[in-house]
Amino acid sequence: MLTDIGPILSALRKHRLTASLVVLEIALTCAIVCNAIFLIGDRLATLDTPSGIDEANVVHIVSSDIGRHGDDHARTEADLAALRAIPGVAAATISNSLPLGDTSWGSSLNLTPNQQSSTVDVKNFYGERVGETLGTRLVAGRYFDSTEYVWLDDLVTDKAKPSPFIMITQGLARHLFGNASPLGRSVWLGSSNTEMRVIGVVEHLASAGGVDRSAVEFATIQPWRETTASGGSFVIRSQPGQADRVMALAVEKLKQIDPRRVIVKKETFKTIRDERFAGDRSMAGLLLAVCIILLVVTALGIVGLASFWVGQRRRQIGVRRALGARRVDILRYFQTENFLLAGMGIVVGMALAYGVNLFLMRAYELPRLPLYYLPVGAVVLWVLGQVAVFAPAMRAASVPPVVATRG
Amino acid sequence: MFGYYMELALRSLRRSRALTALMILAIALGIGACMTTLTVLHVLSGDPLPGRSASLFYPQMDPRDMVGYAADQASPSQEFPRQLTWADGMSLLHSRRADRQALMVGGQVATQTADARMDAFVSSSRYTTADFFPMFETPFRYGRAWTSAEDDNRSRVAVLGSDLNDKLFQGQDSTGRVVRVDGHDLRVIGVLKPWRPVPHFFDLNVGAFSATDDVFIPLSTARDFLLRRAGGIQCWGKGSGDESTLESSECAWLQFWVQLDSPAKMTAYRQYLADYAAEQKAIGRFERPAHTRMLDVMGWLDHEEVVPGDVRLQVWLALAFFLVCLINTVGLMLAKFMRRSGEVGVRRALGASRASVFSQLLTEAGMIGLVGGVAGLLLSWLGLWLVRLQPVSYAALAHLDPMMLCATFAMAIGATVAAGVLPAWRACRITPALQLKSQ
Repeated sequence: MLTDIGPILSALRKHRLTASLVVLEIALTCAIVCNAIFLIGDRLATLDTPSGIDEANVVHIVSSDIGRHGDDHARTEADLAALRAIPGVAAATISNSLPLGDTSWGSSLNLTPNQQSSTVDVKNFYGERVGETLGTRLVAGRYFDSTEYVWLDDLVTDKAKPSPFIMITQGLARHLFGNASPLGRSVWLGSSNTEMRVIGVVEHLASAGGVDRSAVEFATIQPWRETTASGGSFVIRSQPGQADRVMALAVEKLKQIDPRRVIVKKETFKTIRDERFAGDRSMAGLLLAVCIILLVVTALGIVGLASFWVGQRRRQIGVRRALGARRVDILRYFQTENFLLAGMGIVVGMALAYGVNLFLMRAYELPRLPLYYLPVGAVVLWVLGQVAVFAPAMRAASVPPVVATRG
Repeated sequence: MFGYYMELALRSLRRSRALTALMILAIALGIGACMTTLTVLHVLSGDPLPGRSASLFYPQMDPRDMVGYAADQASPSQEFPRQLTWADGMSLLHSRRADRQALMVGGQVATQTADARMDAFVSSSRYTTADFFPMFETPFRYGRAWTSAEDDNRSRVAVLGSDLNDKLFQGQDSTGRVVRVDGHDLRVIGVLKPWRPVPHFFDLNVGAFSATDDVFIPLSTARDFLLRRAGGIQCWGKGSGDESTLESSECAWLQFWVQLDSPAKMTAYRQYLADYAAEQKAIGRFERPAHTRMLDVMGWLDHEEVVPGDVRLQVWLALAFFLVCLINTVGLMLAKFMRRSGEVGVRRALGASRASVFSQLLTEAGMIGLVGGVAGLLLSWLGLWLVRLQPVSYAALAHLDPMMLCATFAMAIGATVAAGVLPAWRACRITPALQLKSQ
């Protein structure tokens, strides 16, 4: 096989144009496929972003009240009491937003008062017992107790003083305080500079709104009671496996309490997660389709060109056969030739793949292409080349020696 | 002569069916991928108001306090709030320095007719001022827009979008009838024809590609009833975001657009804006160094990066894919043309010039391009149909327009002919004598 390399290279030199086209095609395919696979992996990884809540049993209902009917607080209490009384409901509350949902409330968070530029931007979750209702996992400290909650609308109209307590996620705690315990530490919220003490840490709680992956854990829970009038929506956790049944019952109950109420949206948490990552999922599917089609097109191109070469060299093959070359030698020749071309394509392709990755890193804030993608890509293309060249090479091997005497 | 070349091309293509099919397939796939992604990009990065967008501007200023302010120009704290406060919006609106001006915010309301048996449903609303309609040239089917006087009088009137009029009044002329909005009765004075500027440039906060609003209500009336507001709000200092006191709070929550018909007016308005900010700074309302900005529609869309990054990524991917397909085609065409060296030799020996052989081979390439283009067009339709099935906000907008249709063919034929140049040139350089001898 190695002895063939010399003659192959000199033969390729004669077909420089065709050979370089094959090399270029393989190189581009290699560069695109490596980066596409990398992107697919990256997108699929985001699909698994932990929300930190009891996803299977959380139900979300958005309602809109027509006009305003007196006491928002009393209405809220009545609605929630009715919901909690539904059999199969484990917990219910009104919250300003849901993990991975599209409505988000954000503020800046600082480690010192009157800080010039803020430490981190966080997304906030409000609602009576919202952490417990969602089913977050407490890893340190405690949840708020019922005396610590303040109505959000009283807070914004200065009718009540905020209670100076806050809960944060483990990820945010690490970002703010490193490995030191966050419990009892103070943070200052937003431009209003409210000092709040960390009293509890939850394992995960994914931010709402389309935030970056790096910031998805930067979330806080604050002890404000929400009403639907101040933009909140119902969040219910059902007993295991009863989400759908509870959703239907809850909607019915809410309509029964106030028939004029309009149910804008009712969804299980699965819908929220699916909607949040729908773009990523379809992008991954698209990339996969492109990879497959690209590999098929490249393989067909190799088949076409190899067939042409075989046709062009029928006489030479005949001569070689007449001079004593075996079929397997001819087969090897074409296989080795393809191996060399693919090899050259792969070398150029690696450099291209790296270049494309640099572009993507700059334009789309992607991480660097891991090095192990390169050998994997190389093997894939070598195998592809060998599979594609096999049929034409077999045809070459079957050229009879007698061809040498013709023409 | 061209007819003869076509015939030759057809014959040659028929002779090597597999190779021809392969080339057509490669071109079709490449074109299909490119046209699908380029059409989406074309739709999303289009001009929402062609011909008018260059005279519409979005004035911005920075009324925030000094908390979090960094003097460094590159700091994100220097970025303007996306919207205006009520105080600034009203000052600019009432100064009437522009040809037209409108202050607005989006919202959500429960709508129904006066017939109480009908269940209310949620519609998207826009609370705005009189100039909104003439400034954006909203097309009216029935009735009229409201006037500035009606703005000032807090009139109980509404203009319906086409969809909502269909739903509430079965598409009839509903002017003079009553629409019940969050329990308040408003008189319908106008109904729009279907109207959906893409992107939804005047308010990107409710989604850059959201469908247009269902019901339009005077801003003053909406504030009287405290109708629900949607979209972003940014507060600082003592701004609490309490919905009932938004007029006096330190929160930015309104969009303001002006129409300026000449460059001179543009310059004058910029100056007016700068003077306004300087004056507010002088009286101590603004704390930060006074600076203002005024982008036109396309400038604003560009600044807000409304085209999703994924759409651009898909275009890059499709172009790279098309490049591979083209290289593939060049290789295959080279193989095909070189295989016919004998025929070319005979034609050359019989007196055909190099130029005529060359143009004959290019005709053949062009035919592959044409067929590839037709197949590519079918694939683009399929691709766009798949895009429309995607759960993205712009899904419904992905349609091929005549311009992109022509572009498809131009691109397919252009690219294939370009791909044919090198192989054809190689083939027509054959020395006739050598070819004839070796046969």
